[in-house]
Amino acid sequence: MTQTSLLRQDARTVRRNRAEKRFRAYGLVAIGLGMLMLVILLTTIISRGTGAFQQTYLSLEVTLDAAVLDPTGSGDVAQISKVSTFGYKPLLADAFAQLSARGVVQSQLDPDDMADILSPGAEARMRNAVLADPALIGRSVQFDFLTSGRVDGYLKERVTRASIVNDSNINAEQLDLVDELRAAGVLDKRFNIAFITGSDSSDARPEAAGFGVSMVGSLSMMLVVLVLALPIGVAASIYLEEFAPKNWITDVIEVNISNLAAVPSIVFGILGLAVFINYMHLPNSAPLVGGLVLTLMTLPTIIISTRASLKAVPPSIRDAALGVGASKMQSVFHHVLPLAAPGILTGTIIGLAQALGETAPLLLIGMVGFIASNGPDSINEALLSPNSAMPAQIYEWAKRADPAFYERAWGGIIILLVFLISMNAVAVLLRRRFERRW
Amino acid sequence: MLAPFFGTPLTLFLLVLAIALAGYGLARGRALARAGGDARLLHSLPNYYGMTAAMFASVPALGVMVIWLLAQPMLIQNAVLPLLPAEAVETGGATSLVLSDVNRVAEGLDLAVAQGVLDAQAIDALREDPATLRATLAGVGVALGSEVQPFVLAAAQKARALEARGDLIRAGVVIVLALAGALLGIRAAGPAFRARNVVERGVLALLVVAASLAILTTVGIVFSMVSESVNFFSQHPWQDFFLGGSWAPNFRGNSELSILPLLWGTLYISFIALAVAVPIGLFAAIYLSEYASSGMRAVAKPLLEILAGIPTIVYGLFALLTVGPFLVDVFGTGGALSAEGLRDGDPLMSGATAVMTAGLVMGIMLIPFVSSLSDDIINAVPQSLRDGSYGLGATPSETIRNVVLPAALPGIVGAILLATSRAIGETMIVVLGAGAIARFSGNPFEAMTTITTRIVSQLTGDTDFSSPETLVAFALGLTLFVLTLGLNVIALYIVRKYREQYE
Repeated sequence: MTQTSLLRQDARTVRRNRAEKRFRAYGLVAIGLGMLMLVILLTTIISRGTGAFQQTYLSLEVTLDAAVLDPTGSGDVAQISKVSTFGYKPLLADAFAQLSARGVVQSQLDPDDMADILSPGAEARMRNAVLADPALIGRSVQFDFLTSGRVDGYLKERVTRASIVNDSNINAEQLDLVDELRAAGVLDKRFNIAFITGSDSSDARPEAAGFGVSMVGSLSMMLVVLVLALPIGVAASIYLEEFAPKNWITDVIEVNISNLAAVPSIVFGILGLAVFINYMHLPNSAPLVGGLVLTLMTLPTIIISTRASLKAVPPSIRDAALGVGASKMQSVFHHVLPLAAPGILTGTIIGLAQALGETAPLLLIGMVGFIASNGPDSINEALLSPNSAMPAQIYEWAKRADPAFYERAWGGIIILLVFLISMNAVAVLLRRRFERRW
Repeated sequence: MLAPFFGTPLTLFLLVLAIALAGYGLARGRALARAGGDARLLHSLPNYYGMTAAMFASVPALGVMVIWLLAQPMLIQNAVLPLLPAEAVETGGATSLVLSDVNRVAEGLDLAVAQGVLDAQAIDALREDPATLRATLAGVGVALGSEVQPFVLAAAQKARALEARGDLIRAGVVIVLALAGALLGIRAAGPAFRARNVVERGVLALLVVAASLAILTTVGIVFSMVSESVNFFSQHPWQDFFLGGSWAPNFRGNSELSILPLLWGTLYISFIALAVAVPIGLFAAIYLSEYASSGMRAVAKPLLEILAGIPTIVYGLFALLTVGPFLVDVFGTGGALSAEGLRDGDPLMSGATAVMTAGLVMGIMLIPFVSSLSDDIINAVPQSLRDGSYGLGATPSETIRNVVLPAALPGIVGAILLATSRAIGETMIVVLGAGAIARFSGNPFEAMTTITTRIVSQLTGDTDFSSPETLVAFALGLTLFVLTLGLNVIALYIVRKYREQYE
């Protein structure tokens, strides 16, 4: 047997110490893996999503030919509106032909093919401008047109000359033209406010798709959730925490609430579809219905956090109130509730943030699969007319075939996460600022 | 022309509120006046007299209004039913189709009248020639699937008439109730009336109602799913649903709708997710609670929990667009691990959606879930147990393996069961990442489908709530509900039963 000492460990101790180091390393590796996932996720979101905030525009001078747009020369809007977007198509070709004539571009493409690098919405853009201000007819006007999704992808290096070989929407000559226009300084990427404020577009026009209307949809739903879930949740918590007698009914309610918190969200979607839409005939796809479903989903969260903050208020406060003659109800509403308010608010914000990111129930009540083209005009319309919601819009874009929509889905995620992060930050600040230790 | 104005629930609601507010002021004033202006002579504070009147005015009136709003459509539907010819309603499914047609036509007529496209005479004239109606209604934004049948128009007209009358009576009843309540409250206001007790009893009743809403939700979930599931099983043999071998919905009928392949996909994906989340989450929790310095804990714990706060749609997109393509690069054709030689030229993985894609991403999502639950449980093990173990000469890792983990085991099992229930009910990740093909296969790189994805696909788009292909979603939902509820109950039971009592 070899001599061992504190300085010379025996084989068994060495082995045990090694096992100890290994065990610690496993723990570190696990945390490291978790962090790595977080970093990969966030970098993916940011690297893929930031492109959506930039869009390629072409500024082009178009002569709004009176002979085409207002053949009668009346200047009457009703007459002018008879010219459909199709009638504006030749103007675009003319504008490109002029570019060739002035030698800005050397491309030998037919002007009609040149015009194809623009978004299919370009004609409608001109028509709307003309209808808004008929005096423009007959003049040359500088327009900033969205380019097609392919051209935008080319500038963002999503579309390459190799990838368009079998693409019927664009060809190499058109990309040459894009390069020329870019060199001439009339075509470039710039910040795209329309993505943040605009509405979704059809499958063929990814470049025009925006997130704004679905944001309004989400906010309308959050309004419903806040108005319903906060008072109901607080009332239920006050009853359960302060008034409920210890009996089996109370037990049933408590078990119920904790179980509801664990029910999969899609089940709430089925409930919403069966009860609110099929039974009550509330309008399909309406933010009101989405808000109701999310309210039911958020209630358990709010009740659980509200009860925790009511519980944190020390009994001495209640006793003091009762001692000066307040009723039980007065002691709760005048003293306990105000002291618990910061905690309740924090819990509510976190519940709202959860509801904001929830998608599955919205799919079942029909908040996907259509295009809400305009923002609502009134609060009534915001609640009752079909709309999408932020996560549902992201899902919608993720399902579409054109990869240009994927970029927008990631961009939408950035906006959604900005909302979530700021809500959680507010909750943390509230907690830091107002939390009281008794 | 008062009917359309008072008919809308919103104006009625505002009117009731106004009455309640007026009642508040009047009752408060009257109580003070009867006490000779000296509030000390009153039993309660003056505001309580006002609140009594406001409560009497608003609560019964609004309650009746809500019940009326819920009941009226059903009653009208029952009244309209006899107008429909027998052959249109003989099968269960056709009735709801025809009724929804009637509803749409009625809605369209209302819209058309509101926009001034049609008036009462014009609608009467339509009786002879309902064919033009479809175009007219399309003009106001109500698209109809087919030409309007004469009996549908008649039923729609009757529904509109009943609805108008119902709205008028509702307005009358609600306003009368509100006024009567307010009067009652005002009359009672006086020094002897114990207003605070009355108000507080009322408020307590409201609190009870709010608390029982949770039960109502559960009842609503169970009732809506059970009734539609019964409907489903009356049209489709239950043997096929529970014991059949394939999932092949066919909207022309004769579908095979078995839950087993879906259950297989669900469990396979959940298994992979747990295989990722449990080791990582558990080791992270052990390190954070036993080894990490408080500084590292303060940084690492919230960072890990960010993963739990990210919406599942983000994970779904991550699975579909990042993890899936990455796995295809590795395991697909030409990839390093595609095993083409072993599989006669077929790669292991052929598309981005697969069990592995969804499972891995779901695993990432569940890491913080497992780690924060386990963390709480490990922290609850008393320090004295550790100290005893150290005193016997055990290293920290030996203490954890032989003392802390056994003590925390029931809690950890409970946490894993809760994570399983979360994985089974997760929807967006599998909708985007798992694929749509129902099959029994052991290859984790193949697309499979789950219960939740099928619920989404059967219930979105144009659905006919009378065909078994749609109704099956409710049976699936019920199964999912029972499954997750069962897991939660078992988890709570294990935690309670086997919890070590240290005090």
